[in-house]
Amino acid sequence: MKLKTILAWSSVLFLAPPAFPADDQVQQLKLQLRQMQEDFEKTRRQQQAQIESLSQKLDALTNPPSVVSVRAPARTAEQKKTAPELATAVVPAGGQTASPPPIPSARAGSAYLNLSYGTLLSAGWSSVPDPSAQLQLGDHDPIKRGFALRNAEITVDGAVDPYFKGFANIVLKLSKDNETAVELEESFLQSTSLPANLQLKAGQYFAAFGRQNPQHPHTWAFVDQPLILNRAFGPEGLRSIGAQLSWLAPTPFYTEFFLSVLDGQGGTAFSFRHPGEPDATGVNRVAGHATIDRTLRGAHDLLYVPRVAASFELTDTTTLLAGLSGAFGPNATGPNNRTELYGVDLFWKWKPPAAAQGFPYVTWQTEALYRRFSAAADLVRLTPLRAETLRDSGAYSQVVYGFKPRWNAGLRFDYVNGNAAGSNPGDPFRGERYRVSPELTFLPSEFSKIRLQYNYDHGDLFGTAHSIWMQLEFGLGAHAAHKY
Amino acid sequence: MKISLRHFLLPGLMLLALPARAKLTVVATTPDLGAIAHAIGGDRIDLTTLARPTEDPHFVDAKPSFIVKLNHADVLIEGGAELEAGWLTPLLEGARNPKLAAGKPGRISAAEGVALLEIPVALDRSQGDIHATGNPHFLTDPLNAKLVAAHLARSFAELDASSAGVFQARLKSFTAQLDERLVAWQKLLAPFQGRPLVTYHNYWIYFGRRFNFPMELFLEPKPGIPPTPAHLAEVITKMKADRLTLITVQPYQNRRTADAVATRTDAIVLDWPSFPGGKGTEGYVEWIDFLVRSIAHGFAAK
Repeated sequence: MKLKTILAWSSVLFLAPPAFPADDQVQQLKLQLRQMQEDFEKTRRQQQAQIESLSQKLDALTNPPSVVSVRAPARTAEQKKTAPELATAVVPAGGQTASPPPIPSARAGSAYLNLSYGTLLSAGWSSVPDPSAQLQLGDHDPIKRGFALRNAEITVDGAVDPYFKGFANIVLKLSKDNETAVELEESFLQSTSLPANLQLKAGQYFAAFGRQNPQHPHTWAFVDQPLILNRAFGPEGLRSIGAQLSWLAPTPFYTEFFLSVLDGQGGTAFSFRHPGEPDATGVNRVAGHATIDRTLRGAHDLLYVPRVAASFELTDTTTLLAGLSGAFGPNATGPNNRTELYGVDLFWKWKPPAAAQGFPYVTWQTEALYRRFSAAADLVRLTPLRAETLRDSGAYSQVVYGFKPRWNAGLRFDYVNGNAAGSNPGDPFRGERYRVSPELTFLPSEFSKIRLQYNYDHGDLFGTAHSIWMQLEFGLGAHAAHKY
Repeated sequence: MKISLRHFLLPGLMLLALPARAKLTVVATTPDLGAIAHAIGGDRIDLTTLARPTEDPHFVDAKPSFIVKLNHADVLIEGGAELEAGWLTPLLEGARNPKLAAGKPGRISAAEGVALLEIPVALDRSQGDIHATGNPHFLTDPLNAKLVAAHLARSFAELDASSAGVFQARLKSFTAQLDERLVAWQKLLAPFQGRPLVTYHNYWIYFGRRFNFPMELFLEPKPGIPPTPAHLAEVITKMKADRLTLITVQPYQNRRTADAVATRTDAIVLDWPSFPGGKGTEGYVEWIDFLVRSIAHGFAAK
C-alpha cells in the first residue's frame, strides 16, 4: 500500500517539474523528492529484508534439516559481506536479494541483560616486603610487590519486569599465590514503581554509608581504599544481605533519606557480627578479643544503616553533595556488645560550561568517620582482657584535577587513630597512621585507564614506608552510566 | 514582623494561583530538544533543559539536582540512540517518577521514527565511540526536527488535551517556518553545495546530507579519540590535495588544534554551536540559520 503510494507520488513528481517554473517551488519539490526517494529506498530495503526472512523461514520449513544446517553458515557469511552496503543504503536494484541488517547483540539499555566485564591490574613496588600484612589492607588494594590482580568484575543488570530492576556483580581476584577466589559482591533488585517517592532495594549490596563505600573500585580516584574506610568497614567494604528503603524528599533541592536493615554477619560487616581471624590456637578474635557465635535473637541484633544526603548547586559550575550516615549493630565479642559508626561525607565538583569529554574538572571529596566498638571481657586469653571500648576515628580528603581531556592528577591525605586499648598493640587496623598519596591518571578512552600513585605511609607499627603503584584498567561490554 | 508576613503571603498567593492552569512540566535532555519543545509547547509547558548548550552531550554530569527535576516532570524528552547512555539511567532511577517509565506517554524518545544514519555493522570499540543504534546527532537535519516536532505535539496533546489545539497550531507554524526557511537556506547555499567540509567530530552528518556538504574528514582520528599529530598531518595533506577550506569546531572542542590545521592549510575555522541556545541562536530555526549563514560566509570568503 505505502510503497504504491510512494511510487505513484514519485512518478508524479518526476513528471511535474515543467508545470512549476517558480524557483522556490522547484527547490522545495527537489527537496521533497529527495526525501521521498530516501523514504522509498528505506521501505524497499525493509520489504526486501522481510521477503528474505520469510523465504528463509520457508526454506527452513520445506527443506530437510540437514540442508538447512549446511546452508545457514553460508548465509551468515553473505550477510557480513552485504552489511556495509546496507549501511550506506545503496543496494543495486535487481541485484542479489539483500539480507536483513545484523542485529547488535549487546545494545545498552535495550537488552534483557546488560553485561560488562572489567579488570583492575596493579604493578608496583613497596619498601615493605609484604605490603598485604600492614600497608595495603584493602581487599582490592595491590597486595604484593610486582604484579597483582585483585579485581575482575562481571556485572549484569537489566529490567526484571515492570516492577524491578536487577543488578549483580561477581568479583574474581587472584590471591598472593595467584589462586582465583570468587565472591558474589552484590546481587540485588530495586523497585521501579513504588508510590510516594519511595524505593526499595533488597539482596546483597554495599550499604549506603558515605560516598566511597557503595562505589566499585574501578570508579575510585586512587588505587587503594582510604584508611578510615578500611578500618571501619573492613577490607571489603560494608556490605551485607538485607533491604533498604529510600525516600526522595519533596524539597526544592536534592534530599534523600536511606534506611538499610542488614544481616550484618561476617567479614563484610567487619565492625559488627564478624567472627574475626583465628589466632595461633585457632580461636577467632576481633581486635584481640575472642568472638562468640552470635546468632540473631531479635530485630535488635540486625544491623541498621541510616543515611541522609543533600545536594546544592552552589554556582552555575559548582555542585556540592553532602551526607550524614550511621551504622548500628551488635558485634561478636560478647552477647550484648554493640558497635556504632558515624560518618560525614562531602563531595564538591567544579566543571566549566564548555567541557570536552567532561574535562577539565576539579573534585574534592572528604569523609570522616568515628567508630565506637564495645568489646566484651576476654578471660580465656593467656593475659585476660577486661571489657573495654575501642574508639577509632579518621578522615581522608582528596582533590582530583582533570586538567585536560583524558588526564587527571590527584592528591589524597589519610589520617586514622584509635584509643589505647589493652587488646592488641600489634593490630594493623588500629593505632595512629597517616598517608599522603599523589596520583596521575591517563584515560585513553572511557573504557581503559592507566594510573600511577605514590604512597608516603607512616604508622605506629611499621614506621615509614614508600610504595609506588601502577594500575591498569579495562572494561568491556555495556556502557556504564556514571552516578554523581 | 514585616518579614514573616511577606514569607507567609507569597506562598499563599502562589497556592491560589496554581490551580488556574496545570502546565505540563517538561524536561529535555539537550538544548536542541528543548528548543523544539519550546516551539511546540510555548507557554503551555514549563520547560527545563538538562545539558548546557556548550557542553559535550555525551558527558553530562548526573547531578542530584537533575533527579529533583525529573521527579517533578510530567514529560521527559530524550534524544535516545544512546546519546544520554552515560548519565540518564542513574538519574531516572533516582527520580522514582512512574510517569517517565519506558513506554509511558510521558517518556518521549525523539529518535523514534527518525531514520538514523551510520548504524554500525559490528559493535567494535576499536573504532572509537560507537552508537549501536546509529549516529545520535540527527537534529542537525531540519527535516528530522519536523518529525520530532510532530512527535512532541502528538505526545503533549495526549497528556494535556485542553492545550491540544495550541500545540497543533504551534506545530503548524513551526513546520511552515521551517519549510519556508529550507527553501531560502537551499537557495543561499546553492552556489557552494557539494563542497566538502572538515569537522572536528562526526557530529554534522545529518546536516551535511540535507544540504549536500560532504563531511567525511574529521580532526579526530576516530569518534571520541582526540586528534593525533600523525592523523592531523594526514588531514592537512588531504585538505591541501582537495582544496578544503572550512573547518568546523564546537564550543567544547580544542580550537587551537583546529587553528593549527587551518594555518597550515590556509583554511577558515567556523565556530559552530552544537545546540541552539548560544547568542543569536536561541531557537531551533535561528540555530540552523546561523549554521547555514556561517557556511555561506565561509565559502564566500574562500
